[in-house]
Amino acid sequence: MINKYRWWELVLIYCGMAVFLTFILAPFLEAFMVSLRPITSIFSIPYRFITDEMSFESYFSMWSSVPLLWLYMFNSFMIAAAVTFFALMAVIPAAYAFARFEFKGRDGMLTAFLAINMVSGAVLLIPLYKVMQQMGLLNTYFAMITPGVAFSIPTGIWLLRSYLMKIPKELEEAAWADGASRLYTLRRVILPIAMPGIVVVAIATFIGAYAQQFLFALTFNSVNELNPLPVGLFQFFGRQTVVWNELMAASLVGILPVLIVYIFLQKYIVSGLTAGALKE
Amino acid sequence: MAANVKKTDYFPYLLLVPALIVTLLIVAWPVVETIRLSFTDASLKLTENYVGLENYEKMFARKFPETIFRTFYWMGVSVSLKMIIGIAGAALLNAAVPGRNLFRVLVMPPWIVPIAIGVFIWSWMYNGQFGMISGLLQRFGLIAEPMEFLAFRNSAFFSTIVTDVWIGTPLVTIYLLAAMQGVRPDLLEAAWVDGAGRFYRFRRITLPLIMPAVATMSLLSAIWTFNSFDIIWILTEGGPRDATTTMIIDTYKTAISRFKYGEGSARAVMIVLFLTLFAGFYFLMISRIAKKEVGND
Repeated sequence: MINKYRWWELVLIYCGMAVFLTFILAPFLEAFMVSLRPITSIFSIPYRFITDEMSFESYFSMWSSVPLLWLYMFNSFMIAAAVTFFALMAVIPAAYAFARFEFKGRDGMLTAFLAINMVSGAVLLIPLYKVMQQMGLLNTYFAMITPGVAFSIPTGIWLLRSYLMKIPKELEEAAWADGASRLYTLRRVILPIAMPGIVVVAIATFIGAYAQQFLFALTFNSVNELNPLPVGLFQFFGRQTVVWNELMAASLVGILPVLIVYIFLQKYIVSGLTAGALKE
Repeated sequence: MAANVKKTDYFPYLLLVPALIVTLLIVAWPVVETIRLSFTDASLKLTENYVGLENYEKMFARKFPETIFRTFYWMGVSVSLKMIIGIAGAALLNAAVPGRNLFRVLVMPPWIVPIAIGVFIWSWMYNGQFGMISGLLQRFGLIAEPMEFLAFRNSAFFSTIVTDVWIGTPLVTIYLLAAMQGVRPDLLEAAWVDGAGRFYRFRRITLPLIMPAVATMSLLSAIWTFNSFDIIWILTEGGPRDATTTMIIDTYKTAISRFKYGEGSARAVMIVLFLTLFAGFYFLMISRIAKKEVGND
């Protein structure tokens, strides 16, 4: 058998895997261990991985140290969900246009959309700040949602376009022959068939929007009640005495929902992420 | 051709309107505005004056070439590490051994969780007195004294890279894994029948076949790494003494921290220029790869 491994090959593979996964997972493990330590033994020298008196106490005390933790988590979720919703509103028709129609400037526009992927928000902060100010969006959810939408549209279009191109044209032609309008065809014929593709795009957008909630929130929002999780916790971080065990506990609780979602949807997430970077 | 005969069909353009409005407002217009501001002395004052190339002259007088070099050095090391670890990781995940599905699930978390939160954890690990890395290195006798990783220029530079690699590697790995799984099994089997060993097959069949994916991912990863902001900002804010000040951090510090919008915009324009260059390479590469594939079929 081609896939039969000799014992030393197996040992090599598992050792390599162990090193690789240690690099990936050690920070999470360390964060968990810190969250279990009482504050006195966090600052213990020399360093010990397991210390005495480990307990879940900081998971209870953190709610009074970080009183808005629930709100931060809710905000993070809200912002990512809103980004996903609005991005899909723009992505679905645009991807359909690029997949199905011949029109002047199509390839140029598609390239231009892709080029957006290469610009980061950090470069455009100065004029963006002015845009937000003029539209009265500073210190609102929309100041954090709108940039997220703009920067997730390109990948969304790219992903969904390639999915739509695989749907046979005959379906639409049949609908048109029956006298359906083109918008009706998009809504009633294409959308239901494209649902799996749309779900992948939605998940990829959500994950992206959830992971990148730092810069825009830090710059465009100064209302603490509206802060997403990363910025909410960042405030505690800059203080003289960082309460590390509670900060780690709060971080872990904060990322738990998205990790659970990931475990259940990992197939879609992985295919969405890889397809997003792939050319087709 | 059909479009010339018929009246122009506006329907596809209508479909693009929502996407166009958002991207024009949030990306295209700000790019144009950044270019305009880079020729002015815009700041917190209400008025702004045209100052010609003054911002650019000032910028280059202030160690800007050094910042460019540092940015590319940082990006180069980081992307190389991501690709090396990514290829090795993908090859391991591609091996048909028990438990590989679990391993694949375990690779993604650094990419899934909010970037900032992952960086919080790293900043604790880099702590000199109580952090894990310094502690373990001392225990194994590799360093004698506690090491404050983010406090020295060299160690801060490489510490920020390690964190960047940690966040970027999962996607590279999974992407290259997908490419490896796309290698036709009959090619590998034919080589196996001819007695080619596992390592030989990997080096002479798998690796050459995934090279287009490696090249594409390197360039994409380079662009993302070039734009990397959160990691450095949270860990060091560009310090100590500018050791981790990349072009993005430099721009942010000038424009947002010091309110010098004009000078900041000039720096942003330089970034846009570099990114345009990268984008050019990227599109050239995908069209090359596409052509090659057509030729091979």
